[in-house]
Amino acid sequence: MSNKVQVEITINGKIVQKEVEPRLLLTDFIRDECNHTGTHLGCEHGVCGACTILLDNEPVRGCLMFAVQADGSEIQTVESLKNADGTLNVLQQSFSDNHALQCGFCTPGFLMTLTHFLEDHQNPSEKEIREAISGNLCRCTGYANIIKAVQQAAKTLQNEEMNHSVISAQ
Amino acid sequence: MKKYVGQSIKRKEDYRLVTGTGQFVADIKLAGMLEAVFVRSPQSHARIRKIDISKAKELPGVHVILIGDDIKGKIKPITQFESHSAVPPNVAKEINPKIQFNYESVLAVDKVMYVGQPVAVVVADNRYIAEDAADLIKVDYEQLTPIVNPFEAMKEGSPLVQEQVEQNIQMEFHLNLGDARLAEQQADHILKTRVHTPRLSSNPIETRGVIADYDLRTEQTHVWSATQLPFEVRATIAHCLGWTEQNIRVTAPDVGGGFGPKGGVHPEEIVIPYISNLVGRPVKWVEDRLEHLTSARQSRDQIHDVVVAYRNDGTILSLRDEFVVDSGAVNFFGFTCAYNTAYHLRGAFKIPNFEVTSRIVLTNKTPNVPFRGAGRPEAVFTMDRVIDMIARKLKLDPVEVIKKNMIQAHEMPYDQGILVKDGARLIYDSGDYPAALNQALEMVEYDSFRKRQKELKKEGKNIGIGISTYVEGTGAGPFEGALLSVDSTGKVIAHLGASPQGQGHETVFAQIGADALGLTPDDIVIKVGDTAVLPFGAGTYASRSAVNAGSAMHEASLKLRKKIVAIAGIILGTPPEEVEMEDGKIFSKENRSHSITLQDVYKRARPAARPPLPPEIEPGLQVTHYFVPPTVTFASSVHIAEVEVDKETGFVELQNYSVVHDCGTVINPMIVDGQVQGGVAQGIGSALYEEIVYDQNGQLLTGTYMDYLLPTSMEIPTVKKGHQEFLSTRNPLGIKGVGEGGAISPPAAIANAIVDALSDLDIVINQLPVSPSRLRGLIKEAEKKQNSILSK
Repeated sequence: MSNKVQVEITINGKIVQKEVEPRLLLTDFIRDECNHTGTHLGCEHGVCGACTILLDNEPVRGCLMFAVQADGSEIQTVESLKNADGTLNVLQQSFSDNHALQCGFCTPGFLMTLTHFLEDHQNPSEKEIREAISGNLCRCTGYANIIKAVQQAAKTLQNEEMNHSVISAQ
Repeated sequence: MKKYVGQSIKRKEDYRLVTGTGQFVADIKLAGMLEAVFVRSPQSHARIRKIDISKAKELPGVHVILIGDDIKGKIKPITQFESHSAVPPNVAKEINPKIQFNYESVLAVDKVMYVGQPVAVVVADNRYIAEDAADLIKVDYEQLTPIVNPFEAMKEGSPLVQEQVEQNIQMEFHLNLGDARLAEQQADHILKTRVHTPRLSSNPIETRGVIADYDLRTEQTHVWSATQLPFEVRATIAHCLGWTEQNIRVTAPDVGGGFGPKGGVHPEEIVIPYISNLVGRPVKWVEDRLEHLTSARQSRDQIHDVVVAYRNDGTILSLRDEFVVDSGAVNFFGFTCAYNTAYHLRGAFKIPNFEVTSRIVLTNKTPNVPFRGAGRPEAVFTMDRVIDMIARKLKLDPVEVIKKNMIQAHEMPYDQGILVKDGARLIYDSGDYPAALNQALEMVEYDSFRKRQKELKKEGKNIGIGISTYVEGTGAGPFEGALLSVDSTGKVIAHLGASPQGQGHETVFAQIGADALGLTPDDIVIKVGDTAVLPFGAGTYASRSAVNAGSAMHEASLKLRKKIVAIAGIILGTPPEEVEMEDGKIFSKENRSHSITLQDVYKRARPAARPPLPPEIEPGLQVTHYFVPPTVTFASSVHIAEVEVDKETGFVELQNYSVVHDCGTVINPMIVDGQVQGGVAQGIGSALYEEIVYDQNGQLLTGTYMDYLLPTSMEIPTVKKGHQEFLSTRNPLGIKGVGEGGAISPPAAIANAIVDALSDLDIVINQLPVSPSRLRGLIKEAEKKQNSILSK
């Protein structure tokens, strides 16, 4: 398989140029070629959602795409979430505060789905949260604490937003 | 002092797991590492005529291909795990087990026994090339008669899954207490029924995976495996490959869920180290989901034929149960699940006459191993369906029948008259089951539910409520250890043999140690999941880690404290009994303002000539304690499900789910609640959605997540939880296990609730899952029966 193709993909703000086989899965590209192993593979047939990443700010399943299809795109993975000083961002902290993870294998997928969800759902209902994560499977938690975590994160983000606007108004 | 035990301390594990910096097997990369892919049998039962690897071998990037013939005489087969299947002599005397030897070659030799069995392995530069090569391997099979139905399998003259296992009955035993047949003659009523629990796949979201790195110079092999039992994996590799056990190190890094089947040592865990040795390079294999659903060990699959004798008032006089365990092609765990079922059948009930016959049967399906609950969900589904059927027959509320037969608080400790699997007498240590039931009934406002139910029935709505109770032997031995030491920075490093798959060991054991040592959890670093950390270990299964490793941690911490205090006394010039430790400060009771730290004690504890330690104190700050429990501790629970059933579609909506449970001392309430919620979710899955299905040829029909349905956030309600705290009398902290409990009762509670919702129809739900199509079928049948009675 020598028919390699040149791709240029921005991962977590860093431009990566590589020659890849056309059949290389996007997730394998992220994990093996770029060493971002936080994105996990759970089913490799697009059901479990563990490999969810943001591609040009839309959640997609890395296991259902080839790396060549992402050529020219911007990708965010779980590694991009924490604050610059290394502390957890609001959503990550809410997951820890509410015991929203046990083994943690599915967690990166949930975090990426929810990062996108919270951008346009400032005050989500429980039903909306349940629907938002219905494409991500978790076998440990039974989901209840994930829902609690999202509720806490939404509230914190809203407060931050309000404080921020107060400060800007001053 | 209880300062941290009992607190919802946030988990130490979380930071790495939410930042994507955890390390699972698939994340590990070693220089020069190759990747393996297994060729698996597409046949359930066939002779291997010929395997042609010639084309595959020529593919550039392929390093080695092995088939069964290559390992003959070089790799011993995997047999029953002695540590789990040994029958203690007194138990053997009571149940008279007949056991036939059974095994699995790590690559099929001569014949295959189930779809998905490893037939060949390809090792290449990467997985892509290895899969290309695997496609080029041609296996010529001669089909044999598939043995799929366990009852057919047991018939005289049936074809055999394993030649040496006569009638395919790998094991059978018989248990008898009192005289069930006499009771049947004296009873007002006899109930006969068949109850079936489905075959399940545990489906952790991380599939299995193994890496092995053989080092020629030291002859050491380091194996990373997504396992629950690193010590068992090490022992099995040593046994199968004939290697020195101490030259093998098995590490379970972050493990993405297990639930039982990751504790069954699989063929790949033997083959990969063997190949690493062969090629002199690290080799990695990561399972895909199809492989997981076909080849990872499965579980449950029991069929019970019960005969129950009872009185007009609902008192149960006897229970006779003849049950078959369909173990698939191999039974590695002896009577673990079957005897768990037998000794848990009567649960919270007093049934004086009790008879069990159990047969573990081999069929051409994937081998079964324990899965969360390990025989208990099957027992509880059987028993609680029986209770419900008695109540309906007698036109009593199920609560009445439950109360009629329940063990009372004043009868504790209660002797059930038989033996536990470990050979101890089956004596419940503590608990108040009627109080738990009452608490749960209050939580769901049982009486007002009944009123609402009647009213809604008039509107044509069918809501129902179902109860299930269990008593669970948890914290199984044989032992677990803790090796504690203090390092030069004054941190306590605790090495434990019980390795986690999400249960928060790094946090809860630090809580226990902090209380015993007068430190904070942050002062204690927990190291788990590695055979290099201490000589003996068992693993995480059977709701046992908090009980066993928790107790070992506690006792080892007390030992370490004794030593610290003795040396601190020398430094402070006070007798040891006057020394106190609090939040990491060490001081004399008389002079609290002058304190020293663990770093100071560490320095003084080093071997040195001047000043020397007194001869009675051994240098260094290191202690080991192995905790050996006398037997299991008995956790218990009451589960209540509320459902609404759509008669037209057979669709069941789970409206509420409530649990009252007792797990003794709660170390971390947040984690305990998480275990209950997660367990219930799996139980709901097996009640309503999950089933591994084989067709009559032994072909798997549920090989993807479109066919094997895992519950999502849309199906799992937030469980309402109530707690009891009856301490166990069998360990120093009073802990009982909690890991499995949640998964035990949902099938029974939900099935009972569905029957209750449809109480105007004569419906019996003794098979799971209660899928819409299955339930719609039952409704149709019952309606037909009712109409024909009405028209007569």
